[in-house]
Amino acid sequence: MSSKQQAVRARPSAGWALLGSELSVLFRRWRTWAMLAALAAIPVLIALAVRLSSRDPGPGQGPPFLDRVTQNGLFIALTATVVSIPLFLPLTISVVAGDAIAGEANLGTLRYLLAAPAGRIRLLAVKYAAAVAFCITAALTVVTAGMLIGVALFPVGPVTLLSGDTISVGESVLRLLLIAGYVSLSLAGLAAIGLFISTLTEVPVGAMAATAVLAVVAQILGALPQLDWLHPWLFTHHWVGFADLLRQPISWDAFAANALLQGGYIALFCTLAYGRFASKDVLS
Amino acid sequence: MSAGSTGDLPSGELAIETQGLTKRFGHQTAVDHLDLAVPHGSVFGFLGPNGSGKTTTIRVLLGLAAATDGHARVLGQEMPAALREVLPRVGALIEGPAFYPFLSGAANLHRLDAADRHAPSATRRARVREALERVGLSHAAGKKVRAYSLGMKQRLGIANALLMPRELLVLDEPTNGLDPQGTREVRSLVRSLAAGGTTVFVSSHLLAEVEQICTHAAIMSAGKLVAQGTVEGLRRGGEQRVTLTTPDLGEADRVLRGLGLSPAGVGSAANGMVTAPLADGILPEQIVAALVAEGVRVRGFAVENSTLEERFVALTGEGFDIVQ
Repeated sequence: MSSKQQAVRARPSAGWALLGSELSVLFRRWRTWAMLAALAAIPVLIALAVRLSSRDPGPGQGPPFLDRVTQNGLFIALTATVVSIPLFLPLTISVVAGDAIAGEANLGTLRYLLAAPAGRIRLLAVKYAAAVAFCITAALTVVTAGMLIGVALFPVGPVTLLSGDTISVGESVLRLLLIAGYVSLSLAGLAAIGLFISTLTEVPVGAMAATAVLAVVAQILGALPQLDWLHPWLFTHHWVGFADLLRQPISWDAFAANALLQGGYIALFCTLAYGRFASKDVLS
Repeated sequence: MSAGSTGDLPSGELAIETQGLTKRFGHQTAVDHLDLAVPHGSVFGFLGPNGSGKTTTIRVLLGLAAATDGHARVLGQEMPAALREVLPRVGALIEGPAFYPFLSGAANLHRLDAADRHAPSATRRARVREALERVGLSHAAGKKVRAYSLGMKQRLGIANALLMPRELLVLDEPTNGLDPQGTREVRSLVRSLAAGGTTVFVSSHLLAEVEQICTHAAIMSAGKLVAQGTVEGLRRGGEQRVTLTTPDLGEADRVLRGLGLSPAGVGSAANGMVTAPLADGILPEQIVAALVAEGVRVRGFAVENSTLEERFVALTGEGFDIVQ
């Protein structure tokens, strides 16, 4: 660039505007709010079913923690989280992550973003950051909606943990938010896989479906005892392993193991996405 | 200036320059050893039938696709290596407009402007408003793009190219979907931008459009460059033609043939017309002198340049066949 050009053009900004724009596009979409509403409906449906039923769920009946709900409404959040993890949460993440690049390619806006120029690496980073932001929002939506409906329909009090200790309501809320963090971390690995698949196609629905199918297949493989050698390598391996966060003192082993596993998946699939996208001809 | 002579300019004078640029998709060659020379400050018409490789060339120039072979320089810098420095100075409309249908026109421009790190956020709102005003879309700024007509989307696409002051505008089929009024507006917009010193690179398959606004043009056919130069030079590169109005058709025909021309007569004996391509080495005045000497009553005589359209058809072939 000549000195004259440098004088005319201001120094480039750090580029946070694109992330802001990405988040605003994501959360201005009707589809995003529909998915969050569907996630919020899960704890509400569970709470209403238990409240309106004539008999309390017996010990060990139904999904985990359901039998505790009538004594303490906060358990709705826990039950709803466990229920949403296998399918509902991964499905919404698949939609957002699978749409990341393929959706822009499908609209044709990808060529305009790159000609702006957004920069391919920067665009991928922004897309992944937005997908992770959605993972956090989705997990928080289930947990928060669960707490709110629990408080509205059931008594709330100190919570007895799996270790037998009792913690206050305030600390229980913190533990639930911690679980939301754990779930977000689990989903961040899936989001990286979805981002990579999204760079392979110009058909967003295809990328979304492929990502969701992978999440289900990984869980099926994880349920087959014949493949137990494979289980520690599946990204779904620690998905429901947050029970350790319900002990006193908190055991961080599962959290650390999950972080390591998800970190590996994030590093691998973000690298693959970069490898694919950095040199790809954008012809959409 | 003859066709192709712009290529002799020093490279510092060229806004776009390609050497042997080739793009293959599998076995199909979309762009075949293209040597393009777009002078600074020109309005350059990039012509060719559908499927002749125009859009592929533009994608390579903007770094969206990688060339299989050859070099491309845009604003004096190698592409795609200097993409980050070059693209902020280039406004582009690539293969039709594309927007988020669920966002308003203004919100779409905000989004694309935010993608450019060189576009200051402090002036974003004002620049978006100005760009919308420039293409006559102020009234629809808050409307969702889903509700836009094709012509409105096209205007919004041009507004996007005008968000920042640009040194080069690449407009791929800018008048597609526009009504005659919109086409006129785009033409006057291009003229005013060119007057401000911006180089404008317009691809089109509509010749009339290019002939009216362009100073230079290149013609593509089946991925190859078949002609390039000033519009005037291209037009002159085609054959000239003499048209003679006379009642003495038979005699005129004989005289013209005697000069080595191949005339074709039309009309009645009372007031017929004879046209013939002007052969090299024969001056128009020699023809008139010969006609008069033989007693042919010359009522009208004209030398006509071929139009760019005739030149285009001569170079790319007639008909609607998409060249593969």
